[in-house]
Amino acid sequence: MRFVENFPFITIVLSLFSAVICFALKDKRARFVSYSLLGAGILMSASVLVYNLTSETGYFVYRMGHYDAPIGNEIAAGVLEPFFVLLFEVMMLLSLLGGSYKIETDVEPSKHRLFCIMVNLTHAALTALCYTNDIFTAYVFVEICTIASCALLMARKRTRPLVAATRYMMFSLIGSSLLLVGIVLLYSVTGHLLFPQLYASIQALWTTGQYTLPLTVALGLIVSGLAIKSGLCPFHWWMRDTYATATPAASGILSGVISKAYIFLLIKIIGRVISREIYVQSGIHTVLLIFGVAGMMVGSLSAIQTHNLNFMLAYSSAAQIGYIYMGLGLGTDAALLASLFQMVAHALTKPMLFLSAMGLSDTVGKRQDFDALRGSAHWNPVAGIGYAAGALSMVGLPIFAGFIPKLLFSLSAFGHDWKTYVILVALAISTILNVVYFLRTMVNTYGPERVAMERRKITFRTARTFSVVVLIMALINLIVGLHAQPIISLFEKGIHIFTTIR
Amino acid sequence: MKKRNLSEKIRQWYEGELSFDEKIAEPVVHIPAGTHDQQPPETKTKIRIVHRLENTEIKISRVGYGVLSVVFCLIICSILISTALFLPGFADKEAPTANEVYEHYVGAGRDQTGAVNTVAGMILDYRAFDTLGESFVLFTATCAVLLLLEGHKAALNRAKSTFTYATDPIVGIAAKIVVPVILVFGVYVLFNGHLSPGGGFSGGAILGTGLILYAQAYGDERAARVIPAGAIRGITIAALSFYCLSKSYSFFTGNEFNGVHSVIGPGTPGDFLSGGLILPLNLAVGLVVCCTMYTFYMIFTRGRLD
Amino acid sequence: MNITLNLEELTAMLLFGIGFTMLVFSRNLLKKVLGLNIIDTGVYLFLASMGYIEGNLTPIVPPTGPVDPGIYINPIPTGLVLTGIVVSVSFSALMLALAVRLYKKYRTLNLDEIYARCDREDGED
Repeated sequence: MRFVENFPFITIVLSLFSAVICFALKDKRARFVSYSLLGAGILMSASVLVYNLTSETGYFVYRMGHYDAPIGNEIAAGVLEPFFVLLFEVMMLLSLLGGSYKIETDVEPSKHRLFCIMVNLTHAALTALCYTNDIFTAYVFVEICTIASCALLMARKRTRPLVAATRYMMFSLIGSSLLLVGIVLLYSVTGHLLFPQLYASIQALWTTGQYTLPLTVALGLIVSGLAIKSGLCPFHWWMRDTYATATPAASGILSGVISKAYIFLLIKIIGRVISREIYVQSGIHTVLLIFGVAGMMVGSLSAIQTHNLNFMLAYSSAAQIGYIYMGLGLGTDAALLASLFQMVAHALTKPMLFLSAMGLSDTVGKRQDFDALRGSAHWNPVAGIGYAAGALSMVGLPIFAGFIPKLLFSLSAFGHDWKTYVILVALAISTILNVVYFLRTMVNTYGPERVAMERRKITFRTARTFSVVVLIMALINLIVGLHAQPIISLFEKGIHIFTTIR
Repeated sequence: MKKRNLSEKIRQWYEGELSFDEKIAEPVVHIPAGTHDQQPPETKTKIRIVHRLENTEIKISRVGYGVLSVVFCLIICSILISTALFLPGFADKEAPTANEVYEHYVGAGRDQTGAVNTVAGMILDYRAFDTLGESFVLFTATCAVLLLLEGHKAALNRAKSTFTYATDPIVGIAAKIVVPVILVFGVYVLFNGHLSPGGGFSGGAILGTGLILYAQAYGDERAARVIPAGAIRGITIAALSFYCLSKSYSFFTGNEFNGVHSVIGPGTPGDFLSGGLILPLNLAVGLVVCCTMYTFYMIFTRGRLD
Repeated sequence: MNITLNLEELTAMLLFGIGFTMLVFSRNLLKKVLGLNIIDTGVYLFLASMGYIEGNLTPIVPPTGPVDPGIYINPIPTGLVLTGIVVSVSFSALMLALAVRLYKKYRTLNLDEIYARCDREDGED
């Protein structure tokens, strides 16, 4: 059964290979190849997950080449890695299927092939980011991910996505440069690039007190580079345009999957390279906590002020990213678990919200403002259901997935003197703000129509794939909300593997 | 009274009447109405420049940016420089980077990989996964540029104004002499990557330069005829596919539990046909780099490959 | 603290700071791309100087006989520089292609102006 250990590398190389193949194919075939490859990826990561859950250690290292760790390159999988790859693949496939009829019209016909290539490359980069055990490989695939996601955004045939892409690239470039110089500094004081050896030499350097300043600066640069790329508070200004102007499937992928992949890489680096103790002693976590709380507030307040549905969803993404960083800012296992769950909840909910928003605004001639959208849920009932489920999940209503992380955050907040108060107050305020803007729009969509205009009825029959996908997403959300315990215990096992097996 | 105001405001906000929306930025340029479309672009640019010079807001923001950037630059430079002061010294034999990994790459690399050039051995054998990623960074960028510019009017319009130097007594003749030399040198660097300095990336860049010089000298129309678009696409696809498949093979055989052993040995170090997969991989990387450079050039100047 | 020993690293960091400031604060798209390239140049210089060991040779070993690792420089930073160059080329190409498209539409490379006009027009092409 050790053949299963090949699956991570097969997923990565196969999706790279199919990107090349798609370059030679026609649109329809290219789409078929890239979507079926996502399906194959789902099967493979599911089997890796099952394999690791049933095996004794729950962890394996796979050599990428003929030589062992400090010499060669390797990838590693515990329990968390295949789980998140599985989550990312499922959400990518669902948002692509759900938004496929929109992709038809949004992307120029001659460029569909390139869109499929970018999907494949994003898939490969995400998988590699989750599984990698080498910091420089991580950098290379972060760059592939950046370019491919930017291309997903630019694929829409208007000028506004280009302006949004410029803004997105500016922030991404800032993040990349910080990440690169951080990695280089880290290499210059440790002499290693693979996670286990980096961990050992960082521990040794920290205890002897040698090179403490370069080490702290390097770690700070790496963390801030990844935080900027994932859209932590003062650097979240690209989000509004990016998520609002991309084609909805791409917005779902960008907000639900790609920013999470950077955060997962960050969590992996904190757990496996920096180690919890040094992370806490260096004080990086407090900075993340402050910016995370600020992100929650700023994102929610901006979301309240806007009158555009997609802008509101984009700002709410900034707030949700803030939650994740707040959890990382505590630096305990319980808070890390809450952050991981928040990542799951957000990845499950955001693509559904973007797809439903697309369904709603299609009934009123692609308008996005709240006035026009009033009452649109009656014209597209499935999108209405999806939007309501997503909004309730974001607000944190019990039985939906979004409730669990809020509970876990508040439970993990106790016993950290001033941080306890900060987190509890921030959670309370931010939940109220969430309620204010999400419930308002949700009630609005079911309210009476205000603007007289031409409307288009979209029923289950006329948009079958879209409806099925949105209903599946809502169902997954409910199931995760109702049966959170298996996932929590999986995370506990994963965090245990993260911190004990080197 | 005040309370009532607040509830009134909340009602307005809920109804969508109250707008404390983000202020839509004022138009920076005031082009007189009606002239926007009729004037040629040069006049429009002139008007814009005049307006920009007169606009105080832009002046203030420019000064603000200047001050901020100086302060920011000083801060970031001082942090990094103070970091650099505490780093291991330059050319230090005891530096942390001069560790067992380096000793292994240099000491055992030749016998394990068969490449005399240890850098080639390192990037194409020990750390081949990184290099696979690198080639795909280039491929991603090519596709992104194609997505943006292929067949787009922004690039196509420029094709009309391209000028050829084919009849020029200096450029034309010099190109005729230099291009073959560059190409031969590129092929040499490409094929000797495992024996001497060079390899796929540098050789491919040299080859790409030769092709770009040809296109510059003889006009991109002729270049597009001589080097067909299908060939460029085909070479890219073939090279990347070969790279993927051969590396899959060596990753797969690298783990003993699969029960398959690699049949590719390192050969005799120093021979032309040595280094196992390194020579074909160098070739593949070189072709990818060459095609990417040439594609960038053609897409930027011509808007299409054919 | 060894100022005289680390002149190469200091220069590299200075270059990084200059490029980074240009990337963050310049409002011209082309200058931002230039800033990106200056950053990368700084990183290459840093890597190259990190890999150098006093008096040692390029890491191309003789084809036969035993190899003494002590007389060659570190090959790893060289490989990292290669990756850096590739990534920087790709990013530059992407940003320049974006710049071409934006310039064609807005006839300017000033980002403030582009953002403002994009917000104002907010329409289709």
